Amino acid sequence: MSSKETMLQSICQYKKQSNTPLPEHAGFATIMYEDLFEQFSTALTSVGGKAVLLEDKTHLDDAIRAIAQEAEHIVCNVEGCGLSSDDGSKYATPHDVAHVDLAIVRGEFAVAENGAVWLDAASVRHRALYFLAQHIVIVVDKTQLVSTMHEAYERIGFDKAGYGVFVSGPSKTADIEQSLVIGAHGPKSGYVFLV
Amino acid sequence: MGHPELAAKFTQDVERTHWHDKALWFVREKRDRASKSIPEWEALRRKAQQIKTHTMENLDTYLEAFEKNAKAKGIQVHWAKNAEEHNRITLQILNLHNAKKVVKSKSMLTEECHLNPYLEEQGIEVVDTDLGERIIQFRKEPPSHIVLPAIHLKKEDVSKTFQEHIGTEAGNNDPTYLTRAARAHLREKFLGADVGITGVNYAIADTGGIVVCTNEGNADLGATIPKVHIASMGIEKIIPRLQDLAVFTRLLARSATGQPITSYTSHFHGPIEGGEMHVIIVDNGRSPILGSEHYSQALNCIRCGACMNTCPVYRRSGGFSYEATIPGPIGSTLEPCKDLAKHKTLPYACSLCASCSNVCPIRIDLHHQLYFHRQDVVKAGLLDKKKERALGFAGWLFQHPKVLDFCGKMARKVVPHLPRWMMYSSMNAWGEHREMMDFPEKSFKELYVERQKRKQS
Repeated sequence: MSSKETMLQSICQYKKQSNTPLPEHAGFATIMYEDLFEQFSTALTSVGGKAVLLEDKTHLDDAIRAIAQEAEHIVCNVEGCGLSSDDGSKYATPHDVAHVDLAIVRGEFAVAENGAVWLDAASVRHRALYFLAQHIVIVVDKTQLVSTMHEAYERIGFDKAGYGVFVSGPSKTADIEQSLVIGAHGPKSGYVFLV
Repeated sequence: MGHPELAAKFTQDVERTHWHDKALWFVREKRDRASKSIPEWEALRRKAQQIKTHTMENLDTYLEAFEKNAKAKGIQVHWAKNAEEHNRITLQILNLHNAKKVVKSKSMLTEECHLNPYLEEQGIEVVDTDLGERIIQFRKEPPSHIVLPAIHLKKEDVSKTFQEHIGTEAGNNDPTYLTRAARAHLREKFLGADVGITGVNYAIADTGGIVVCTNEGNADLGATIPKVHIASMGIEKIIPRLQDLAVFTRLLARSATGQPITSYTSHFHGPIEGGEMHVIIVDNGRSPILGSEHYSQALNCIRCGACMNTCPVYRRSGGFSYEATIPGPIGSTLEPCKDLAKHKTLPYACSLCASCSNVCPIRIDLHHQLYFHRQDVVKAGLLDKKKERALGFAGWLFQHPKVLDFCGKMARKVVPHLPRWMMYSSMNAWGEHREMMDFPEKSFKELYVERQKRKQS
């Protein structure tokens, strides 16, 4: 008998038959935020990131430059941002994005309750870009804000093979005596621009 | 050694015991604030409990659905009955790719399977990449907490360890400096690795993907740079639908560290370009717990560590005193389920205060489980003989009220006049760490009778 068969047989032998139903998610009452940006910004700040609300796209380049003056090697896949023509797709392996100073990437939508943004890797060739870049700026359409994770998961699907990640603030750790250090392995700063 | 002996070792350093207690209480307080920020917190906990209970009652169906959907996304799925098989499958995949360097992100399952020493014996370099894990890997220690593996160490300890292994400055204890040094060291490891191994926080049956949560982004780097990603999951990590994640992602980090969500919540549904993704589904003693009357809810655990942070015994005895992969209240119930004789002291490492059950995001009845385990220990004849005799005598005494009254009377008369050396002898285990209480002049029974008389007159 294969290990799979042995394991499934063991599970069937032991599992209980009490028929607890699987609860539905529709209609589950959750907290709603009146000012979504305000809540998103508060949540993101609490985890070491920063949210910036921009009136329109014309100021995007200047606003990003203002916070990343030093950045030389920039990769950008956001339409309407002219800081780099390199969208990262020319690199053969993830190792080649190790030298990226700043990644400017598109976020699909943002979640107010926890300051997280959903990044769908269908828009980048190398998933590692989100984690290897020294700094990251995520650009999200300001109409794409939801209150909680319940609304968030309504928007996500995985019909095809792929990868997606909720990013909330920069990489961080508190493994040394509970002292919070921003920038563990991944980006050392995490800005979210809502445009 | 059992928990009492190992705990005694830890508590020898009184100052450090207090420091450890405070560090964990700080995390517990952050959890309280985070949970209070969500008005539907209790409803979420009930929902999570229901989803998990339902899933465990239909575990075979969901695991098979997961396999089918994962395969359709190009993920290779393996089944391992036990730790040996898990390790063998991992090695086979590594050998297939002639891999010599592995980066691993924190996974309590690979810890449970003793994967690192197994691979190292085969000449493979395994680097734990979570900062806390890397620190304890250098020190050749196991994790002392499932979320905060190096919570038992001070920054001076970390500084010394790093000085020895990665050449940081002597005496520089600054956490930012030390973290930056580890960052540079580990980036090289990520970029030079052949394979990345991660744990699994959730496997989703209806999409065939897995979710990994970290704050550092180490699992993400390990799974997106090397060509091959191996994810190890216990059978209990499955959830039915993608939407169920809304419940668990809201509960996990808030319960664990008080954050609204982990920095990275990664959803892997297929390999990277030109790469391979493998998922190993592991039983290793879990399935028999499914059928247990008292302990089956323990499999619902999502490993947030909240029960440890709140436990007055864990906070003061440290993770190593449990001598188990998973310490604290959840470990004290899971480990005896697998090997009661080896872990017979763990159910007693508990004051039955129920704080663990109250903070558990999945509402696992931890303190009840520990109480049931104690009864199992007694039934199995594994109780310490001294304790058994004492409890046997107490049981007899309480069944004979007249003798009890007499003994009480004698004790109240005699004990206050006994010399200290006689009172605090080896016969009095209670007095080993405590001062005895003052004996009252009258028993409760006598006081009650007097009171009744006063009322009547």
